[in-house]
Amino acid sequence: MESIPIEHGLILAGILFALGLVGVLTRRNIVFVLMSLEIMINASGLAFIVAASRWEHADGQIMFLMILTLAAAEVAVGLGLIIQMYRRYHTVDINVLSQMKG
Amino acid sequence: MQDLIWLLPTYPLLGFLSLVLTSGNLPKKVVGAIGAGSIGLSFLTAAVIAYQFLGSGETHLVVEMWTWMAVGNFTPGFSFYLDGLAVVMMLIITGVGFLIHLYSAGFMLDDPSYSRFFAYMNLFVASMLVLVLADNLLLLYLGWEGVGLCSYLLIGFWYEKPENGYAARKAFITTRVGDTSMAIGLFLLFAELGTLNIQEMLHAAETQWAVGSGLAVAASLLLLGGAVGKSAQLPLQTWLPDAMAGPTPISALIHAATMVTAGVYLVARTHVLFELAPNVQLLLAWIGLITLLMAGFTAMTQHDIKRILAYSTISQIGYMFLGLGVGAWSASVFHLMTHAFFKALLFLAAGTVIHSLHHEHSIFKMGGKRKQLPIAFASFMIGSLALAAFPFTSGYFSKDEILIAALEMEGPGMILWLGGVLGAFLTGIYSFRLVFVVFFGESKGHHEEKEVAGLSMATPLIILMVFALFGGWIQIPVDAVFSHGEVHEEHHISNLMHAIMIVVPLLGIGVSYLFFMSKTFSVEKLMANPLATRLHGFWFSGWGMDALYSFLFVRPFVFLAQVNKNDLIDAVYALLVEITRVAHVMIARTQTGQLRWYALSIGGGVVLLITLGVVL
Repeated sequence: MESIPIEHGLILAGILFALGLVGVLTRRNIVFVLMSLEIMINASGLAFIVAASRWEHADGQIMFLMILTLAAAEVAVGLGLIIQMYRRYHTVDINVLSQMKG
Repeated sequence: MQDLIWLLPTYPLLGFLSLVLTSGNLPKKVVGAIGAGSIGLSFLTAAVIAYQFLGSGETHLVVEMWTWMAVGNFTPGFSFYLDGLAVVMMLIITGVGFLIHLYSAGFMLDDPSYSRFFAYMNLFVASMLVLVLADNLLLLYLGWEGVGLCSYLLIGFWYEKPENGYAARKAFITTRVGDTSMAIGLFLLFAELGTLNIQEMLHAAETQWAVGSGLAVAASLLLLGGAVGKSAQLPLQTWLPDAMAGPTPISALIHAATMVTAGVYLVARTHVLFELAPNVQLLLAWIGLITLLMAGFTAMTQHDIKRILAYSTISQIGYMFLGLGVGAWSASVFHLMTHAFFKALLFLAAGTVIHSLHHEHSIFKMGGKRKQLPIAFASFMIGSLALAAFPFTSGYFSKDEILIAALEMEGPGMILWLGGVLGAFLTGIYSFRLVFVVFFGESKGHHEEKEVAGLSMATPLIILMVFALFGGWIQIPVDAVFSHGEVHEEHHISNLMHAIMIVVPLLGIGVSYLFFMSKTFSVEKLMANPLATRLHGFWFSGWGMDALYSFLFVRPFVFLAQVNKNDLIDAVYALLVEITRVAHVMIARTQTGQLRWYALSIGGGVVLLITLGVVL
């Protein structure tokens, strides 16, 4: 079986990361911002997996497990915050939250 | 008992503290008792100390309290030095001071700031006592500055009126010019002689400096600057007439017991330095002479009762300086004492007159007051006789001694004597002009006024009358202090000179009588002459000194202040502030509060850093 070259895996991870970043920067709906963040986290996880399989080393997989846990916790907190925000402001538009303006 | 000399300034100081700390919450009777009582206690202590000291036959006594500070070999202490001169001064200050306090207890009774008044007065006396009892020049300087501060506080006592505050500032700043000169003198003395202890310093100066050497001249000139400022002599005399803004007892205190006598005391105390610089000593005599004549002419033209007395003080201090200048140290101190008696008497009596006439100051609005104000009239009669050196009053003896010493002097002695005699003539005119205009002639304006003089106001006047009349027979124990400087020889003055010195003041009184009493001559006719009018105006303004100083110092200063209104140096710091502020505004603009902008700047920053890392 022919293995996938590492470059392809890394390019895919890079594209996913860039897509996530663009989502964070352009989306106004905070739910989508959170989803874009998830994509960015998973893109970095993919990069770890690809690297681990290239050097046949378990560390990358362990790292991915940790990122997965972290992402789950982050989503839990993030969704909680979104619900709070909706209750208080009756909107999920992120531009409303700009009281920290200097 | 003599070790208790520190009690002298302590009593008034305690009085000051207790009055200040209670800040006017005490009943007036208690305030008066504390204010006058503390000075009375001081006087009793001073009298006992003086009695024991003079009885012991010692020439001097040093009482060391504690070291003030110790820096290297510079260790000035709170220590007191008692000799004949200090004894005379402390008795004058506490004695006359007590009488003035007693008088004020009645005089100021209606004033809302009764307590503040006595607090300042007590501090004034305490400072003056420190000044005359100090055994080193630094402690003397402490008292010196304390006196300056209190004079400022008291001249501006009625501070609600802006002109009183102006007069107070004028007095403070003018004397400050002299004080600065004196401070530099102290630095010079310490740098050259290594000590500020007066006796050690004088001894060192005598052994190290030749007569007429540059250092001796510089040191004595600088000290003279201080003395001239405090004693209101030329060229720093302009503050004293304006110092009349304060209540009348303060004028009495400043003119008689404290403040203006400090300069005379300083010169007498450091007379060794002045003997080492004969030219400066001669300058002293000339300053005295010119001042006494200028002030005499000015006093003749004034019509504010207190200003007449103020100019007469300047004139009499001029006599003291003249005496110091011709080396008649003890005669000057003697004149200081008799002057304290009759000037305190005159001022306190003037206070009674002003008080009775509802704060009327102009003598031409008074007149014929001798029946209504008998005590004030008697005081003014006796005070003016003593002031004009009427034979066998106190002023006669002291002024006589000074003039004789001037006559005996080599060189310009004759001119100094003639000037002094002319001054005595003027004194006769202006002092009796005051008496004739205020107490004789027809009564003007005011209704029948009763003399407001309670027991506390009448008693000091009567005591001072006795001293003004008979004070000339007091022997002051200063021979030991000035012994090596004065040559005691039999006076070889001809009878003619004696006769002149007796007759001239009487002539002055006579001229005054002809003008203001019998009206044989008319002032109006005299004033019809344009020259006389201009001369009168010139003298009235105090020889234009105020205008001159305004032109020379005040206006250039105000001009410079206006030019530099925005403070050039401050601009540098203003620029610093402006830069910081602009930076703040710019950075604050990046804080948009928009999460996506923060994310973008984080992302952009990371990209930038990585790019830099790759490229470099």
